[in-house]
Amino acid sequence: METNELNAWFGSFQAIKNVSMKIRGNLTTAIIGPSGCGKSTLIRCLNRMHEVTPKARAKGRVLLDGEDIYSRDVDPVEIRRKVGMVFQKPNPFPTMSVFDNVAFGLRANGIRDEEFITKQVERSLRQAALWKEVEDNLDGCGAGISGGQQQRLCIARALAIEPEVVLMDEPCSALDPIATSKIEDLIFDLKERYTVIIVTHNMQQAARVADYTAFMYLGELIEYSKTKRIFENPEEELTEKYITGRFG
Amino acid sequence: MDVRNVYHRLKDASRYAVLTPDGRFELFCAALASAIILIIIMIVSYLLEGSIQSIRSSGIDFVIGSRWDVNRDIFGALPFIAGTLYTSAIAILIGVPISIGVAIYLSEMAPDWVRAPLGFVIELLAAVPSVIFGFWGIFTLRGFLRDSVEPALNDTLGFLPFFEGNPTGMDKFAAGLILAIMIIPTVSAISRDVMRAVPNSQREAALALGATKQEMISGAVIGYAKSGIFGAAILGLGRAVGETMAVTMVIGNKNSFSWSLLDPGQTMASIIAINWWEADSGSLYQSALIEIGLVLFGIMLIINVIGRILMGRMIRLREGAVG
Repeated sequence: METNELNAWFGSFQAIKNVSMKIRGNLTTAIIGPSGCGKSTLIRCLNRMHEVTPKARAKGRVLLDGEDIYSRDVDPVEIRRKVGMVFQKPNPFPTMSVFDNVAFGLRANGIRDEEFITKQVERSLRQAALWKEVEDNLDGCGAGISGGQQQRLCIARALAIEPEVVLMDEPCSALDPIATSKIEDLIFDLKERYTVIIVTHNMQQAARVADYTAFMYLGELIEYSKTKRIFENPEEELTEKYITGRFG
Repeated sequence: MDVRNVYHRLKDASRYAVLTPDGRFELFCAALASAIILIIIMIVSYLLEGSIQSIRSSGIDFVIGSRWDVNRDIFGALPFIAGTLYTSAIAILIGVPISIGVAIYLSEMAPDWVRAPLGFVIELLAAVPSVIFGFWGIFTLRGFLRDSVEPALNDTLGFLPFFEGNPTGMDKFAAGLILAIMIIPTVSAISRDVMRAVPNSQREAALALGATKQEMISGAVIGYAKSGIFGAAILGLGRAVGETMAVTMVIGNKNSFSWSLLDPGQTMASIIAINWWEADSGSLYQSALIEIGLVLFGIMLIINVIGRILMGRMIRLREGAVG
């Protein structure tokens, strides 16, 4: 996946300025930066969720498998099937069962084969490391499990439609440390099959889970390279200041 | 103990002896609030007291008997209970799907410049007095139903018991239709509000899974809001059951029940409205009419309680763990 001179606005406010970055497949890329730097907006542009917000628009190119997802004849619904997303706050469908939560994406994509759905739900829940905890409670309410479980349910839900890329928008910010470490382990495992892009406030988290790290500031991509390099020997002064906590 | 201290203690004590302005205001408001409870108690006791003669005389036959013969003092109110429930059911069947469509459009689709004016018009519809709906029913709807809609229903579906008989335009179908129109503002406004109350994160969750807008609405929004929408429908039912004036004007006022929508009928509210001045004060007839009122009150109470419970469930869902 690759962005090319990507710009995004909310009304007249420009949240993303000319961001070009190449994201490597089957690796985890973290995007860090202070609040309001546009990191969430950036990943929301990668599955065309940005434009769902009223008055928000984006301009530029985002290539997925060599194809521009912003070209005119592309249906954003198709893109979102290939690029899944996990949100900041766990948002399972509260009136649906655990099973139906995971099956939602499959059913929305026209899959009616219940046998396949059942298999796929189990597979996704296993991948999200949630299967053991919910296998006896698949008909239970999606909102009746703990916050950390809810977030893993949301991850399973995103994995069920087998996307190529999984976007995570601060997936642990609403969770306690134990739930956070479970999700981090999970992210580590996910890159075997998926390309993961994670936005995080937490620099330790980026250092722990990401192969590549991008630092953003005021809508611009300041530095982007291997995580080790960003944290040990950043090129830009701004990055170093942020990493070492001497910011502002 | 110096003088200042004594002064403060006196001042403290006076707070309990004489009410402060705020205290007096609170007492005043509490008195107004308790007036509501007093009114309910007065109404219920009036209904009970007024019905006692009829309850003694008719017993259970009052609600299971279908003969209503004033001259022989036989009072079976089943045709009116059935008429009320039947016309209300028609109203729900026609009105609720329309209302949900309106609510979906207002909540999920309409651009801002349509949303506010259309919402206002819907609330305007709620402000139309029911007697006006009655007039409109008699002068406009009646002819249209009699000449176009009902003959067509009778020709195509006349083999069903619901559409037998001669179209008159003053019948249960007209009553159901008028009621449907009258509940649309309530049901669509409440449904819109409960859909607006669905957190955006739910919509985004669905969209991010590759759902189309339609799948997002039917899966995430309606799924989340369904108990609230159901509650809205129940509150609409409450309105339909209690509606008097418009129904009385268009239902044709026939004191027996039939399944045919094209037949005139009578509801609990309309029989009271039509016959109240005819019944002698203190007569068994009058008592029977009051007992109909009691039954109507009971049914509406149950409906409203159910509606409130369902609305409450939706609110708890929103305040629950999920954001």
